Amino acid sequence: MIPVSHILFLSATLFFIGMYGFVTRKNLITMLMALELMLNSVNINFVAFNKYLYPGKLDGIFFTIFIIAVAAAEAAVAISIIINLYRMHKTIDVGAATELKH
Amino acid sequence: MTAHQIIFYCLAALILITGLLSVTCPKVFRSAIFLLFSLIGIAGLYFWMEAEFIAAVQISVYVGGIVVIIIFSIFLTEQAGKETRSIHPVRTVFAVLAAFSGMILTYLTVLNYDFVESNEAFDLNIPRIGNAMVATGEGGFSLPFEVVSILLLAAMIGCIVVAMRSSISKPDEKKLTESITEIDKA
Repeated sequence: MIPVSHILFLSATLFFIGMYGFVTRKNLITMLMALELMLNSVNINFVAFNKYLYPGKLDGIFFTIFIIAVAAAEAAVAISIIINLYRMHKTIDVGAATELKH
Repeated sequence: MTAHQIIFYCLAALILITGLLSVTCPKVFRSAIFLLFSLIGIAGLYFWMEAEFIAAVQISVYVGGIVVIIIFSIFLTEQAGKETRSIHPVRTVFAVLAAFSGMILTYLTVLNYDFVESNEAFDLNIPRIGNAMVATGEGGFSLPFEVVSILLLAAMIGCIVVAMRSSISKPDEKKLTESITEIDKA
């Protein structure tokens, strides 16, 4: 029997791996991938809490389903913005997008 | 150590190692493939937790949808074999420090919290999920379902508008300067 804290350690480690990637990467697509890792670590937490602490309820499962739907919408919008940025600048480096700075 | 525990630690190692490779690999396409394996490992973890429906959704939406559009966008932006620009080493050190301090803080919080595990059976049959999704009474999730459907519609329309090539082109600067020099000559 695995205690629930081990699953929480796994998801916390995955979250901070995603955070490290988000801070160190400069390419927009790899930043998006790090963001997906962070969202997935949150989903693991929701399912673990639902299974081990409140097995009679469905709240954690539903939050996971809604987070997956929002993540899919977010990825689609982000990729359309990235492709538009590539058309304008011929690069997808975060340093290239400076239109809103001035 | 039972087989149940061994499977959990193997899945955890798969998820963490491929996740770490995915955020550190300098080639973009390789890091997308490592992300794919990490997401498959998370789907396996859902199977291990007996949440088969969530595991199926994870595989069909993440592995079949999001990773595929990420790989498509890598090819569209011609970055497949290119190495990404690395940041200054001092900033990498600070990023590692921030990640480790956050991790330690979370570990200590989890260790000090007393989780009361329930002994009830976890029964997740799909008709129950479907009924709860459209129910409006106690334990129903009809309002968040509607909110997410409107959000998805708005996001899809937004994607099409953003990605569409604008038909009104900007005034061509080269032509403009040419005509100005012609006027100057005249």
